[in-house]
Amino acid sequence: MEKKKIATRDGFGEAIVELGKANRDVLVVDIDIGKSCKTGAFRKELPEQYINVGIAEQNGAGVAAGLASCGKTPFVVTYAAFGSMRICEMIRQEICYPNLNVKIACSHGGLTPANDGASHQCIEDMGILRTLPNMTVIMPADYTAAKALVHAAGEKYGPMYLRFTRDAVPQIYDEGEAFEIGKAKMLREGGDVAIIANGDTVCLALEAADILAESGIKARVLDMHTVKPLDIDAVTACIDEIGRIVTVEDHNILNGLGSAVADVVAESGKAKMKRIGVQDCFGQSAPYERLLAMNGITAANIAAEAEALLK
Amino acid sequence: MDKKELIQLKNKATELRLNALKMIHTAQSGHPGGALSVADFTAACYFKFMRVDPANPRDASRDRFVLSKGHACPAQYAALAMRGFIPPEALDTLRKEGSMLQGHPSMNRCPGIDISTGSLGQGIACGVGMALAAKLDGRDYNVYVAVGDGECQEGEIWEAAQTAHKYKLDNLILFVDNNNLQLDGTTDEVMPNIDLGKKFEAFGFDKYEIDGNDMAQVAAAIELALAVKNGRPKCLYAHTVKGKGVSYMENRCGWHGVAPNDAEYEQAVNELKAQLIAEV
Repeated sequence: MEKKKIATRDGFGEAIVELGKANRDVLVVDIDIGKSCKTGAFRKELPEQYINVGIAEQNGAGVAAGLASCGKTPFVVTYAAFGSMRICEMIRQEICYPNLNVKIACSHGGLTPANDGASHQCIEDMGILRTLPNMTVIMPADYTAAKALVHAAGEKYGPMYLRFTRDAVPQIYDEGEAFEIGKAKMLREGGDVAIIANGDTVCLALEAADILAESGIKARVLDMHTVKPLDIDAVTACIDEIGRIVTVEDHNILNGLGSAVADVVAESGKAKMKRIGVQDCFGQSAPYERLLAMNGITAANIAAEAEALLK
Repeated sequence: MDKKELIQLKNKATELRLNALKMIHTAQSGHPGGALSVADFTAACYFKFMRVDPANPRDASRDRFVLSKGHACPAQYAALAMRGFIPPEALDTLRKEGSMLQGHPSMNRCPGIDISTGSLGQGIACGVGMALAAKLDGRDYNVYVAVGDGECQEGEIWEAAQTAHKYKLDNLILFVDNNNLQLDGTTDEVMPNIDLGKKFEAFGFDKYEIDGNDMAQVAAAIELALAVKNGRPKCLYAHTVKGKGVSYMENRCGWHGVAPNDAEYEQAVNELKAQLIAEV
């Protein structure tokens, strides 16, 4: 049965209204792409908590830092490419270094702004931001996870980067599922191979587990929605109990989830692993599924790489 | 402001300069030129205008001071010590391991620092956020921001200026420290600023063009800026002298980021002490 598909940016758009109503110090700092990032309802329902700084990302980060220094919880809302790279140094200097409670909430993560092409696709962000001290880096797998993790982000102090999809992704979680920042979700138990994925690739990891099950291979599937702080216990359990790990991400193969897991694996000296992700190359305007396939980010390839680790 | 108060304030600025130079000389590291040019504004803020309480440095209703040109921090550290935010002994620890007085201001290490700065161009945006928070919360505090003229070459300055205008932040008082020198030379050589006063005016600010090292003018302009609540942010377009108060540093680009040696320091102290005015 085809699963219902919703973009995770829609989950953000709904959750931010709920957060703003519950806490009047929650603000949206838009950068003129609010319509696309789904802050329209917030703007309409909570106009006094809504700020739009125009097409000026650097300023957006600085204004948010100033607001946070006065006790506010601003969400700077833009696209991942701009929210991570154009304002990277402002995030470092004015948000992470002083450890201010600013959330950078970005739509158009990974290859999901498929038709927009390489300028608007963002494959570098999580790797860049996880190197900043004090920063938390999150990518929810579906609409339900997005809503829950936005709530969790609003309730927890500290700089955070939240990454959402532009395009629709299949629903994985039931409404009401609980999430904790920094705690992986085990979606499938298995002892032959572990597949650790996040964001829009979690659904592919689950499909791959189904393919492997047909050959009698039992895969453990983890949704590692928080890349930093990484759930080291969950990764260590995969190393100790299974010893074979495939990582999957809609992000450059360098410095993202796969690299974060590889840090733990390398220091353990005990497991074999394979990273699946964007092959250190820019995308192009093309259908989303094609862009994933060009980089081997498919259920079939995940299953094949998992099987190869068993040999 | 009567004559007596003006003399007291001028002496505070001189004391502040003495303390700033002492810190830089002790550390044998730091930026004297810009600290000296912004000293009069800093003294006016901390010793006349700002509503701050050293016993409660994070009071929500306090006035804020953002040193966007963070390298000039010895001026602000001196003011914080003289106002009792930090112990006087701390001034001997500038740029030393474990010190609250980092090479550039750190809000989580030093009481009285309202935001960490050091990377140029970002302070006005932070000040805008603080001034906006006051408007959102119905508080009456003011936000003082000191920005360098060279720093105004950063694009974010103008992004922030637009925002100050849009949100009618008449509680934002921007001091443009127009000393016409930056690290690599004069601003005219490196990147001409044309007329920063006109620029900020065009961005919707009320402009007060002053001699930024003349305490009477600085204080009068701040007083006026505070009085005019017309929905427009305020720009003190202040002509200043980099290295002001120390003859061999004045208008010398080379004193941007160099500490004086013992002989130079002694001369500076003598010159500055001679500038202290007897109070009647």
